Amino acid sequence: MKTIKTRYSMIIAGVPLVFLAVFYFYPLIRIFNLSLISDGTWNLEGFGKLVSTPYYVRTLWFTTWQAAVSTVLTLIIALPGAYVFARYRFSGKNILQSFTAIPFVLPSVVVAAAFHALLGPRGILNTWLMNDFAFATPPIKLDHTIWFILMAHVFYNYTVVLRIVGSAWSRLQPSLTEAAHMLGASPWKTFRKITFPLLFPSISAASLLVFIFCFSSFGVILILGGPRYATIEVEIYRQAVHIFNLPMAAALSLIQICFTFVFMWVYTTLQRRASITLYPESRSATQKKPVGRRQKIIVWANILVMVIMLGSPLIALVIQSFRAPDGFSLVFYRAIFANRAQSIFYVPPVEAIAYSVGFAFAALVLSLIIGGCAATFIARGGKRITSILDPVFMLPLATSAVTLGFGYIIALDRPPLNLRTSMILIPLAHTLVAYPFVVRSILPALRSIPENLRESAAMLGASPFQAWMKVVMPIVRRSIVVGAVFAFTVSIGEFGATVFVARPQTPTMPLAIYRFLGQPGIMNYGQAMAMSTLLMLVTAAGFLFLERIRITSGGEF
Amino acid sequence: MALLELRSISKTFNHDPALDHVNLDIEEGTILCLLGPSGCGKTTLLRIIAGLEKADAGDVYFDNRDMAAIEPHRRNFGMMFQEFALFPHLNVMGNITFGLKMQNKSRAETLKRTREMLLLVGLEEYALRGVSELSGGERQRVALARTLAPRPKLVLLDEPFGSLDRALRERLLLEVRNILKRLGVTTVFVTHDQAEAYAVADIIAVMDKGRIEQTDTPENLYAHPANETVARFLGFHNLMEGLILPDKTISTDLGVLHHIDHNCTQGTEVTVLIRPDGAKIRDGSQPVEDRETIVNGIVKDCLFKGRNYHLEFQVSTGQVLVFELSNESRPSPDGSSLELILSPSAVVIMPHTKLLNRTIHD
Repeated sequence: MKTIKTRYSMIIAGVPLVFLAVFYFYPLIRIFNLSLISDGTWNLEGFGKLVSTPYYVRTLWFTTWQAAVSTVLTLIIALPGAYVFARYRFSGKNILQSFTAIPFVLPSVVVAAAFHALLGPRGILNTWLMNDFAFATPPIKLDHTIWFILMAHVFYNYTVVLRIVGSAWSRLQPSLTEAAHMLGASPWKTFRKITFPLLFPSISAASLLVFIFCFSSFGVILILGGPRYATIEVEIYRQAVHIFNLPMAAALSLIQICFTFVFMWVYTTLQRRASITLYPESRSATQKKPVGRRQKIIVWANILVMVIMLGSPLIALVIQSFRAPDGFSLVFYRAIFANRAQSIFYVPPVEAIAYSVGFAFAALVLSLIIGGCAATFIARGGKRITSILDPVFMLPLATSAVTLGFGYIIALDRPPLNLRTSMILIPLAHTLVAYPFVVRSILPALRSIPENLRESAAMLGASPFQAWMKVVMPIVRRSIVVGAVFAFTVSIGEFGATVFVARPQTPTMPLAIYRFLGQPGIMNYGQAMAMSTLLMLVTAAGFLFLERIRITSGGEF
Repeated sequence: MALLELRSISKTFNHDPALDHVNLDIEEGTILCLLGPSGCGKTTLLRIIAGLEKADAGDVYFDNRDMAAIEPHRRNFGMMFQEFALFPHLNVMGNITFGLKMQNKSRAETLKRTREMLLLVGLEEYALRGVSELSGGERQRVALARTLAPRPKLVLLDEPFGSLDRALRERLLLEVRNILKRLGVTTVFVTHDQAEAYAVADIIAVMDKGRIEQTDTPENLYAHPANETVARFLGFHNLMEGLILPDKTISTDLGVLHHIDHNCTQGTEVTVLIRPDGAKIRDGSQPVEDRETIVNGIVKDCLFKGRNYHLEFQVSTGQVLVFELSNESRPSPDGSSLELILSPSAVVIMPHTKLLNRTIHD
């Protein structure tokens, strides 16, 4: 009986560990080798070149400062929103809260396309200004400027600050600030001396998270920044795919890996400290309806900012997808589903949709298997072994998709494992990105099942298998669904890794959008809009479904 | 032959002995209570009976069958867990039918039995309620119904009242005992609360440090704790050393005490317990009956507890004795001296143990 049990838990732990070893550590080691070792000896030439070439130093500098500026801008715009969400009750708040999170879950190519739709040279605003005010050229020239990037980053990360800081703020007792007022502090002084210090842990956690996201921003910068701007991620892509300088790409990847690991480590440490709340308060006690003109203005101004800032690019995207040169029509959608001879693909765009859906389902199944095994093992294993393995299973989260994709093409293109021409590489890469979400959604549910529930089942005559089927499975079913939807959504929008591993004849929807946007002509532009709209609908629907589950199950996830 | 026999059960956890050669017989139809402080091994023993834990050594026989090779789910024992362990994804009905479904009972039979069980625990209206909508007492009753539904041959209850508040507990104690007695089901139940044990059990086995110290009826246990450990666990504080005199009285620091135990040998050293309920206040020159003892001391503290006074009484040796006095006459104020009359029936002799100089608060 004992041996069966150990064999069982070895399989459970073995599946995710083998997967990680082959599809995560092995590519990482290849990156390491390629950048540091050539012809069997240590060779730091790549790094030497990297630090001595001003261009690469500038790339690193640009990566850092654009992330810093994006973070500061996001904070400035989102903190008032966090305050409003934390302190006020108004009708439609739940819906608005779900809605504000949609940008965050959108694929980066869709965000890029949406900003093109709103503010690009062919965008809705420029078209309107040119038509109605007789501008000869598009008056808003944001394309390929840093402003375009910064705006997209704020759009993307607004909800991170809103949610993290907002929830901390809502748990702060109003009596604290009231006490400060009674002691003679002005509102501004109260904020500086009381509210800000108490919110500091959550503000810094949110800032760091936004910084990490912007630091490893890829799709947005590649598409909106144009050739003038490159973050490390974009540079890895260019070096590997355009210039084919693999050692340089590997050296850059290694730098990127080191940075993200350090940032993630700081973030988890910070978060552990931020989780100490001073005075946990129920939300109903801290939130009130806005009264008086001032409060109403504050609340409505913030709601307006949210709706305009987050809503307008998405609405513009949908409008542009229907707006053909001769009025509103379905011509772009029809083009997607028709096989045109002059298509820039080897395959018709509709096949990109089919591939995307297929890959997403494959990634979903793989993620459930690997994430399910990992979660089961962590939930049942001893303290010491899980405290090591849990972070190991989460490592892919701290690794940028671009470095993973790059690692795949340099590691899995040769014996012992040559998958370069295999389609399986795409769902494998997606699984690596998606399965940590499955672990994080299933694990709490598994852990919430006390041992005596299984024992009760046994005492009532259920065999271990029956207990698992009748007690454990029904309890975790909901979180499995959550994990599955997560995996599907992550996979269908994945761009950074896919752009490396997908072959030209097996494009996915994000790749198709990227290529459409890079081509001239109204038809390509329109199809990018149409395809982005479809992708947006799928990911937003998936996300809203998750939100619904989260709300109906009392915020368990 | 007893229905359940435990033979020399031993178990260690990380080299700490949790159970040390435990022997126990349980007759069919009795309710046996394992009573002891936390960590004494009572829950471990219960889990070994259930098969959820394996003993390092020793045997469990049920109905003359060695249970070693039989997995928990094939034993047809019922067990009620401390926090009830109701299945959160099933409603009341689903929880109660779970065991019946495992036995592949027919639909009609399952329904009939479930209705019986709901009726038994008085929750007919609750069949379709979710488990999370139930109060603590209702959960406890659902757990009991779930445990009893598959007609277990043995029922195991692990601190079944532990998580309930006091008032509810007292009401349910009686209810649970009545249900178990009505069904005549053999039961082993674990508690650290002596009041629970007295109320529910036919037989109480007092455990300490992995051993069974005494197995007796509640009445006997209270009247005659077998040794100092049992006495202290039952909350008795008035312990002192003594020597049996030729006339079978006991010489102690308090003076000569009479008692009603006749099985004692002259000259043996003993430990003496004076139960707190065996004293009354002597007012004035009230005559003392034969074999009663007068004790002089000072009132250290006196609390009115409703039915009685709780008196802390310092005697000439310095030892503080505790008594429960009738509420008819109020003792003199704190610090004043008082005479108590001890009844011989309150004096219990136990095997001699070296008494540490403990205060009543340890």
